[in-house]
Amino acid sequence: MIDVSGLRKVYRDRGREVVAVDGVDLRVRDGEIFGVLGRSGAGKSTLLRCVNLLERPTEGTVTVAGRELTALGEGELRLARRGIGMVHQHFALMSSRTVAGNVAFPLEIMKVGRAERARRVAELLELVGLADKAKAHPGQLSGGQKQRVGIARALAGRPAVLLSDEATSALDPATTQSILALLKSLNRELGLTILLITHEMNVVKSICDSAAIMKDGRIQESGAIPDLLARPGSRLTDELFPLPPAEPGAVTITFAGQAGEPVISQVVRKFDVDVNILGGALEEVAGVAAGRLRVHLTGGGRDAALAHLSERGLLVEEAR
Amino acid sequence: MTWDEMAPLLWEATGQTVEMVAWSTLFTVLIGLPLGVALVVTDRGGLLPSTPLNRVLGLVVNIGRSLPFIILMIAVIPLTRMIVGTTIGTTASVVPLTLGAAPFFARLVETALREVGDDKVQAAQAMGASRTTIVGKVLLPEAMPGLVAGLTVTVVALISYSAMAGAIGGGGLGDLAIRYGYQRFETPLMIVTVVVLIVIVQLGQMLGDFAARHLARR
Repeated sequence: MIDVSGLRKVYRDRGREVVAVDGVDLRVRDGEIFGVLGRSGAGKSTLLRCVNLLERPTEGTVTVAGRELTALGEGELRLARRGIGMVHQHFALMSSRTVAGNVAFPLEIMKVGRAERARRVAELLELVGLADKAKAHPGQLSGGQKQRVGIARALAGRPAVLLSDEATSALDPATTQSILALLKSLNRELGLTILLITHEMNVVKSICDSAAIMKDGRIQESGAIPDLLARPGSRLTDELFPLPPAEPGAVTITFAGQAGEPVISQVVRKFDVDVNILGGALEEVAGVAAGRLRVHLTGGGRDAALAHLSERGLLVEEAR
Repeated sequence: MTWDEMAPLLWEATGQTVEMVAWSTLFTVLIGLPLGVALVVTDRGGLLPSTPLNRVLGLVVNIGRSLPFIILMIAVIPLTRMIVGTTIGTTASVVPLTLGAAPFFARLVETALREVGDDKVQAAQAMGASRTTIVGKVLLPEAMPGLVAGLTVTVVALISYSAMAGAIGGGGLGDLAIRYGYQRFETPLMIVTVVVLIVIVQLGQMLGDFAARHLARR
């Protein structure tokens, strides 16, 4: 649905060149929620703004829903943007308009007639659970309610794609969860493809199907979350399950989706090994239970036991 | 001078002042508002950046603002004669008043528009809004409280300028104060004139404050 290829964005600041995005390739599949995780200054915000060309990339192409945006002229680009919704960290609502007026704004841009506009606004406010706030002004709403208005506004033009620029970063934890739940349900019910950027692991953990980690303008790793969990040395996994550095001989076992099976007790019985658990964590990620266990294995069947675990599809990493 | 003698003079002069201020306010908005918008839009990082145009507009505005009004008034006499056909009287004074206030108002418009968050402009761009839509439906409505406050300051400045315009035959309360109060030592008339001016300024300021507050409360 979104294809970013060879993207570079270089700013010129008083003669100096600042590379914000340094050769990024990104592929967001139809109907998935893709999270780009990174600290502030990693270039993720610039990357997102390059996707709808709020920033024009210095190099590279951006294709959304089969249209190469980087090849479009200004007028065509304006039309194409109507099929891409965007939500903003600080909501970007207009204080001179009511809630209904804010949601109606993109429809006015699209020259939708008054009656149709009113009908659509009511429908959208119903969708985000704010039907009773239509006549309120943004200043009278809480942060979570403002973001719901922002989401309703972004959906007005029935976009296939939603871009989310740190949509929950200005919200408290409980409100964050309710907004994430809303995004997830929109993704399921409308088949909305969502590309979001965030610095919160929690966001990726809660709703993303795929993720990328961005640092210094580059994507460090990227893919479907279960695949990333199964990849040795994955930074995402390290961030998800922070464990202290492994001492030599310690074994780190990462699993995703196999949590229902009593694998540890199985190897103990089968291979005559002793297991000493040093640390571990369990999380629900991308809808499956995933976790990481740091253990010491001792006994004659150690190597066979590790081989068995690998065969069962678990990621086994041995510290040396 | 008795009150009965003063009243018709005051009444006429007040009418002239109101007339001068009203017309010059209208023209000030017609010139200053687009000028202020242009200053913001052509600036670096604006909707339609153009450094040369921005520099030229900035220079024009600064020249207009650096001339003391009393000098500007005399300097534009040829222009006034060209536009109005005469250089004395209430109508003629509208030309220098407008030229004096428009650059001033343009800067206030510029400041008010810059107060509108960049994220609102970008949100509109992300929706596919054109530049004119962004100016007309985002920048100006969002800046409205600031614009009204700026207009109020401008109107008060125009009232004060209009008293100076009286000195070169523009009529109005300033003219009355100079001719009767200053040249004929009619101190009571001078005092009453000043009071009337204060009342007009107060009314204008209160009305502007009320409107700005009402708009900002949303």
